[in-house]
Amino acid sequence: MAKKSLFTGEIVKTAILGSFVRLNPASLWRNPVMLIVFVVSSIVTVQMFYLAVTGQSFGFELQISIWLWFTVLFANFAEALAEGRGNAQAQSLRTNRSNTIANKIEHDGSIKTVSATTLKKDDIVIVSEGEIIPSDGDIVHGVALIDESAITGESAPVVRESGGDRCGVTGGTRVLSGKLEIRITAGQGETFIDHMISMVEGAKRMKTPNEIALEILLIALTSVFLCVTVTLPVFSNFFGTQIPVVILASLLVCLMPTTIGGLLPAIGIAGMDRLLSRNVIALSGRAVEASGDVDVVLLDKTGTITLGNRQAVELIPVDGVDERHLFRCALLSSLADDTPEGRSILSLSKEKLGIKGRDIKAPELATFVPYTAENRMSGIDVEGRKIRKGAFDAIEQFVHSLGGSIPNKARIAVDSIAKNGGTPLVVSEGPDVIGVVNLKDILKENIGHRLSQLRKLGIVSVMITGDNPLTAAAIAAEAGIDDFIAQARPETKLASIKKYQEDGHLVAMIGDGTNDAPALAQADVGVAMNAGTQSAREAANMVDLDSNPSKLLDIVETGKQILITRGALTTFSIANDVAKYFAIIPAIFAATFPELGILNIMHLATPHSAILSSVIFNAIIIPTLIPLALKGISYKAMTAQKMLLVNIFVFGLGGLLLPFVSIKLIDMIVVALGLV
Amino acid sequence: MIAGELMVVALIIFATIACAYPFGIYMAKVFGGEKTFMSKVMRPVENFFYKFAGIKENDKQNWKQYLKSFVLFFGLGFVILFAILSVQKWLPMNPSGFGNIRWDTGLNIATSFCTNTNWQSVSFEASLTPFSQMIGIAVQNFVSAAAGLAVGVALVRGFARKNTDKIGNFWVDLTRGVLYVLVPISLVVAIFLVWQGVPQTLGNTIQATTIQGQSQTIITGPVASQVSIKMLGSNGGGYFNANGAHPFENPTPLSNAIQTMAILFIPMSLLFTFGKMIGDMKKAWSLFFVCIFLFVIGLSITMYAEMSPNPVLRNAGVASGLNMEGKEMRFGIPSSALWGQSTTVVSNGSVNGMHDSFMPLSGLVYIFNMITGEVIFGGVGVGLASLLLYSILAMFIAGLMIGKTPELLRKKLGVNEMVWACVGLLTPCIVVLILTAIGFVTPSALSSLSAKGSHGFSQLLYANTSMVGNNGSAFGGLAANTPFFNLTGSFAMLFGRFATVVSAIAVAGSLAKKNQSPANSTQIPMTSPAFVVMLLAVIIIVGALTFFPSLAIGPLLEHLKMAGM
Repeated sequence: MAKKSLFTGEIVKTAILGSFVRLNPASLWRNPVMLIVFVVSSIVTVQMFYLAVTGQSFGFELQISIWLWFTVLFANFAEALAEGRGNAQAQSLRTNRSNTIANKIEHDGSIKTVSATTLKKDDIVIVSEGEIIPSDGDIVHGVALIDESAITGESAPVVRESGGDRCGVTGGTRVLSGKLEIRITAGQGETFIDHMISMVEGAKRMKTPNEIALEILLIALTSVFLCVTVTLPVFSNFFGTQIPVVILASLLVCLMPTTIGGLLPAIGIAGMDRLLSRNVIALSGRAVEASGDVDVVLLDKTGTITLGNRQAVELIPVDGVDERHLFRCALLSSLADDTPEGRSILSLSKEKLGIKGRDIKAPELATFVPYTAENRMSGIDVEGRKIRKGAFDAIEQFVHSLGGSIPNKARIAVDSIAKNGGTPLVVSEGPDVIGVVNLKDILKENIGHRLSQLRKLGIVSVMITGDNPLTAAAIAAEAGIDDFIAQARPETKLASIKKYQEDGHLVAMIGDGTNDAPALAQADVGVAMNAGTQSAREAANMVDLDSNPSKLLDIVETGKQILITRGALTTFSIANDVAKYFAIIPAIFAATFPELGILNIMHLATPHSAILSSVIFNAIIIPTLIPLALKGISYKAMTAQKMLLVNIFVFGLGGLLLPFVSIKLIDMIVVALGLV
Repeated sequence: MIAGELMVVALIIFATIACAYPFGIYMAKVFGGEKTFMSKVMRPVENFFYKFAGIKENDKQNWKQYLKSFVLFFGLGFVILFAILSVQKWLPMNPSGFGNIRWDTGLNIATSFCTNTNWQSVSFEASLTPFSQMIGIAVQNFVSAAAGLAVGVALVRGFARKNTDKIGNFWVDLTRGVLYVLVPISLVVAIFLVWQGVPQTLGNTIQATTIQGQSQTIITGPVASQVSIKMLGSNGGGYFNANGAHPFENPTPLSNAIQTMAILFIPMSLLFTFGKMIGDMKKAWSLFFVCIFLFVIGLSITMYAEMSPNPVLRNAGVASGLNMEGKEMRFGIPSSALWGQSTTVVSNGSVNGMHDSFMPLSGLVYIFNMITGEVIFGGVGVGLASLLLYSILAMFIAGLMIGKTPELLRKKLGVNEMVWACVGLLTPCIVVLILTAIGFVTPSALSSLSAKGSHGFSQLLYANTSMVGNNGSAFGGLAANTPFFNLTGSFAMLFGRFATVVSAIAVAGSLAKKNQSPANSTQIPMTSPAFVVMLLAVIIIVGALTFFPSLAIGPLLEHLKMAGM
């Protein structure tokens, strides 16, 4: 999916409209901080009208009330914008499907053409070549090549087939070849995309526990500041000073954590948006945040850490055998080997021998011995030479039968390859063993780097593999995996997740198979591959549309970003208050106690300009920070302490100092424009 | 001379630390039910109490039961003390023939001593009989402190335990707090004070003939025992109204030194108890650093303020500008400033000088010490509890900033912890502001003020922060024995006490239920400088943001006016 710019015209327009619609107190109710700003703005506005009607000067009140209203509108705009972007993303996924026609199999076996939107769970539909799959489902019959680019943006088509772990299909994708019978697993309004849309819609969104805890802090702070403001006129009355309502209102709104209060909903929604743009559908906000906490990750070896197949990386000749001869024999013996391993030997040999694909000609009168699971070797009989390549014990048997034996060097090579996590294959020519092929699990590109990033985050990676412990240990060491579970069976995953959780860890796991479902459900963060089975997807709390297991890193990152952004903006918001006090308090008492002018360290021009500047700063800081809230604070792997110090420095100290400078600047502009 | 006095101040602080460390570890053993060197003596007494009261030592309580026991015990103590005060005229040991205490005053005193505040709205030596002082007041001096200890210990248990709803047994903690902690050390301190010349007698008065030949009634009584526990238990209510400035309570520089140590002793020790209980002394040192840092900053400001020439005196042509007003000559400025700083940070409330006469900046520091919720070492037990609640607040924001669900001492912080931390720390601030505002619109309250303008404002603000903070020290100059102050004060003290206690126990329950995160988890450890900075910032910012306007128009304005700026 193309990266969208932050503000596209259409979305911004909708969001601007939305920010007015949201002035409705019923919807503001969800954001108590903003509700109070709303009430305060109303009071100031009413007072302003009263002054206007009674013929008094009201210019100052007018300006303050305008900026107070903007404070609410800006906050609404932030939320509406985040929602709009998420919606746009989700809608683009959905449009493909809305006009789709489905061929539904009725109970009597007849086929009826219906609109995709009328499909219910457990309906069976038939999708033929070139048609669009009408809704999420499981393949019950058939195999097909499917173009999922509409959803994943990945142009290479994928194979999906019934049975097994790759039977899931998503609504909106297109069948390129083949014919499928699909059992619909999600009715109208229940598909993952529908789910996603509800996650980004503010009104329906469930707040996460962490968000609620933060909101409690904000409400508590707001109550304290409300008290500060309400008691202040009583105190000042003791000194014979009256404080006008408009000034108290300004003080209150400036002190309240409006910055974080206004941006809080947007931060959560934007997190979902970002996940969606990485093609991950989160089924609960809670899971996204939990993913930031994960400290143990269970990874399947195959497909996650290693490429699916083993590849030949070197050929070791036994004494006295010419290396080129060995390559030639290996090449010949693999011609009839259609397995990925065989093909990798072919390509390695070709590369070493310097020949191109079309130069290969099968020798005339040759008999091929294809690779089968039974004989576990492949080869060729040509010009009386029996060239074979295969598993150690299979070749051993074969050369024995021809009166040969395994030379010592070959044995040593075989042992050392196995010890290093590779799979040895032996090449023989007649009764003579001529060399050993080293087949290795090829680590995915960058996996070492990504795992070391995980480690920096304090996340322990655990590899799960069916391999024997020796092989597993070697691969783990090479990839930089912290721990591994070898010879794992399906139930091993569930048991090890439980074990980790008892020790207080939060565990994430990625799975696709039906037998992964219990483990996915048990894990704190369970990510199902979109290509996986329906049961896996139901048990998980996130679905990765790309079926790319290393996506977990992105998910963890997004979870952390949401929290960091919240924490940083809270710190920023609270630190801001110091400067506002230094602006407003001397302004309030300027007439009565000129001594307090010493607090006016910004040397703001007049009491009114000081207050107006503070209110303006307080309002415009919200839209200024919208990009930060939507993109999330950039996240680099570093130690927790360092990250905290950096963030305290940037958002704490920055939040302390920035308003001093900004309010001073605004004050100069306000004075220059003659606004007060 | 001043340099020498400063040395004394430093010496007192270091001596306190040196004693607090081993004592903190001893307390951890006591509350953990381990054997100590006191067990031989106290174990039989302890067992007798359990048998007598029908307490099963091993019956652990969940937080609601623990809280219920706390409230029950508080209620009982309150009723008894209130009853004694109301009928003291007819009770034994009334040599001076004092009358019964008026109901609103009695209510205030009973609340005050049961909440470990020890705000004294009347002069005790002139209105309370020795019976009331010994059976009523002194008992609460012990048990209200021990109840506070129990609360602090319970909260630490919440952190130290996992997957349980039990946080200990209140009655056992209370008994151990009295028997193993308060009784032994107050005995030691009392004997020391008697040696220094503090009276300890059941006779109430001495008739003396002055050199002018006039007759004078000198009030004495069981002073030493009362004084030692009032210092140790963060009580602060003196036998005499003049408190630590009275020559019978505090006759010598040595008695002054030992009493200052006694103020800080248990609250400081508790930090090490905390370290021992959670099994990591480094964390105790990091909390200690936060406390001592704020302590020394405050102390430096007050010392600076008190030692600077008083502009008013200077302008009046007085040669020495040192602000000796309201201070005892025998203690001098540094020791008076140290006491003032100690007594306000520790919610003790005893005084050895008149805070009303201290410089405005000192007043500002003292009010600040109290509004932060008495966390700079803080009251016995509850100070530690408040400090941990602040840590929760600080760690919540810090934890977010590293992208994890916030965790403190391997416990995840959730909605529950947040609610109670806010209740425990922020609602008292709200109550201080509201009560102060109510005072300013109540004519009878205004007539109690002895000054106008900023100083009058500070008097009322100080009184309310002192009562809500369960400190009990008086700024002076406020005529507090009026129905208005007695009643609002009772409310303030109750609220301040229970906001902390309920929050601490509720958080303890909530934390104990949680599993512990793995020890090697990548969180901000309490020992990291980043956390220390964060905690300091949160404590200062919460106090400063809430009271910026009040402090500005109160002590700060007075200071500015005095300096002629």
